[in-house]
Amino acid sequence: MTITPAAGLQPAERAVRLLGADLTETALRRHLEGLSGVDAVGLEQRAAGLATRSIKTSSKAWALDTIIRTCDLTTLEGADTPGKVRSLVAKAVTPDASDPTTPSVAAVCVYGDMVPYAVEALGSRHGDPEKGLVSVAAVATAFPSGRASLAIKLADTREAVAAGADEIDMVIDRGAFLAGSYGLVFDQIVAVKEACRRADGTYAHLKVILETGELVTYDNVRRASWLAILAGADFIKTSTGKVSPAATLPVTLLMLEVIRDWHRLTGEKVGMKPAGGIRASKDAVRYLVTVAETVGEEWLTPHLWRFGASSLVNDVLLQRQKMRTGHYSGPDYVTVD
Amino acid sequence: MTRLSVPKTYKLAIGGAFPRSESGRTYEVLAADGSFLANAAKASRKDARDAVVAARAAVAKWAGATAYNRGQVIYRIAELLEGRRAQFIDEISRTEGVSAAEASAQVDLAIDVWVWYAGWADKYAQVAGNANPVAGPYFNLSVPEPTGVVAAVAPQGVTGGSLLGIVSVVAPIILTGNTVVVIADERAPLSAISLAEVLATSDVPGGVVNTLTGSPAEIMPWLAAHADVNALDLAGAGGLDGGSGASWVDLQLAAAETLKRVLPPVAGVPRPALERISAFVETKTVWHTKSML
Repeated sequence: MTITPAAGLQPAERAVRLLGADLTETALRRHLEGLSGVDAVGLEQRAAGLATRSIKTSSKAWALDTIIRTCDLTTLEGADTPGKVRSLVAKAVTPDASDPTTPSVAAVCVYGDMVPYAVEALGSRHGDPEKGLVSVAAVATAFPSGRASLAIKLADTREAVAAGADEIDMVIDRGAFLAGSYGLVFDQIVAVKEACRRADGTYAHLKVILETGELVTYDNVRRASWLAILAGADFIKTSTGKVSPAATLPVTLLMLEVIRDWHRLTGEKVGMKPAGGIRASKDAVRYLVTVAETVGEEWLTPHLWRFGASSLVNDVLLQRQKMRTGHYSGPDYVTVD
Repeated sequence: MTRLSVPKTYKLAIGGAFPRSESGRTYEVLAADGSFLANAAKASRKDARDAVVAARAAVAKWAGATAYNRGQVIYRIAELLEGRRAQFIDEISRTEGVSAAEASAQVDLAIDVWVWYAGWADKYAQVAGNANPVAGPYFNLSVPEPTGVVAAVAPQGVTGGSLLGIVSVVAPIILTGNTVVVIADERAPLSAISLAEVLATSDVPGGVVNTLTGSPAEIMPWLAAHADVNALDLAGAGGLDGGSGASWVDLQLAAAETLKRVLPPVAGVPRPALERISAFVETKTVWHTKSML
C-alpha cells in the first residue's frame, strides 16, 4: 500500500501552518497543553454506553467479517521462527479452511527481521487489503520500548521497508513525551516517516504507537494523538500489546475523537488501530460501534481501521461457525496459532 | 417482635461463581403439595455455552492433578456434606414432601456415594488399564484418560433422588479428571444448588462442576450439538419430550455429529458402578522400550 504525503505538504510545513508560529519546542508545548482537558467520567460513560448496543443476525455477520478484514494478525514473540511466520501467513490468507467464504485478514504484523519470510510466504497474495490481498506490517524503532538512539531506530525502519514491509508500526519515545520534550518526539516521528520512503518515492504506511498504558492520563493520550498526527502519522495505534492496560474502549474513543477533529480541521483521514487485549468478538464489535458512532462507517475499511490481535481471529471464527452451522463450535475447530 | 424471613436466592453455578441466568429468567419451584418454595434461575443456551467454556478451562488443572489428590478432594466433599446435612434434610423434605427420616436416609446415601467413588480415584486405572503382552523388547501399556467436558442430565422427578440423583451422576464423571456441565432436576433443583455451594468450598477447582437449573429439554439440544463437549450422560433424559426434538434419541443423533460418547438414560437413580467411571475415560495405549542396549 502506498500513500502520497497528505495534501502535498510535508508534516513540518503543515504543523507550522496549524500552530501559526515557528515549529519550536515552546510553540508545540503551548499548542498541545492548550488542548482542552478530557472529561474522564463523560468519556468512560460514553464508551460504556456504546458497549451496550446489541448487534445481531445479519449485522453481526457483517461485523464478524469486518473484524477479520480489518485485522492485523500478529506474532511478536522472542520465539518467532520463520516456520511460525509461514503458518501465520497461511492463517492470514485462509483464516478458516472449512469455510471458503471467510475473508482474509488485512495484514500480518511481525518483527522486522521476519518480514522477508512473510513476503515470501504471501507470494502473489501480497498486496493491498482493499483488494482482498494481505499486507505485511513490521514493528520497528526498537519495539516495544523504543529505548534506542535515533540512528538505530531509522536503520531498523529502513531495513524493514527495504525487505518489503508495506506498513511500519513505530513506537514513540514515551520517556521523552512524559519529560515534556514534545519537539523530540515530533522530530523522531518525522524522521521515521522519511525512513519509510521507498526507492521509488512512495511511502510505507506509518502507524504510530502511543503506548497509552504508559501515558498515565487521558489528557496525555489526547496530546500524544494530536502530536503524532501533526508529525505525519497515517495511523495512530494504542499499544504495543506488551504493556497492561493495552487497548481499552475509552482510550480508543478518545483517539477517534482526535481523528474526527483532525478530519474536520483539515479534511484528512487518519487511521486508527487498537491493539492488545482484544480477544473476544463481542469486545471487537463494540469497537466497530464506537468507530461508526464517532468518525463514521467510512472508517471501517482496512485503510483506516485495524485491530492488532493474535487470538481475536479464532474467537471470530468460532462465532462465524456458530452462525453457519447453528451449533456452538470449539477450539478444536480452529488453528492453535 | 416478628422477624422478617431471609429467603435464599437460588442461582446457577458456573466456573466457581454463582451468577443469575444471563437471560434474567426465573421459574417457580413448588413443594410436593403445590405450595411456593423458591424462585430458581432458568438457564438459557448462553448460560450453557458459558458453562462449557468454564468447564473446558478447568480440564487441564483437574485432569493434571494426581489421582490420589482427586480422591482426597472428593472425600472432602463427603465430609462437608456431612457438616451441612440439616440444610439438605430440610430442602429434600420440603421439595419431595418426604419425612425428615427419609430425607436423612437420602443424605446418608449421597455421602456414601461420594465416599465410594472417592476410593476408586487411584484404583480404577488398575482395573480399566492393562499391561499388554507383546512379542517384542518393549512394554505396551493401556491407560485410561479423562474424556474432557461432559454434559449431564441429573435424574428428573425421582422421589428419593433430588440430591442422590445429581451426586450419582456427577461423582463418577469428575473422579477421573473430567469436568461437567450438569442440568439439575427441573422440579427439585434446590439441593443441587446447595450441593454446588458445598463443592465451591471443598477444594474442587472452579469450573469442574457447573450446575444449571432450568429446562433440560431446552438446554440439552445445545449441549448435545456443542462441538466442545466430549461426552453426554443422559441419565435423567429418558422422559424428555420427543416432540420438541429433545428426546434422548434426538440428543444422541446430535451428539453423533461430533462423535461424542453417550451414556443412555436410566430409570430412577443410577447405582454406583465402575461402568459409570469407565464410560467417560478413553484408553490410551503406548509402548516403551525396555532398555537401551
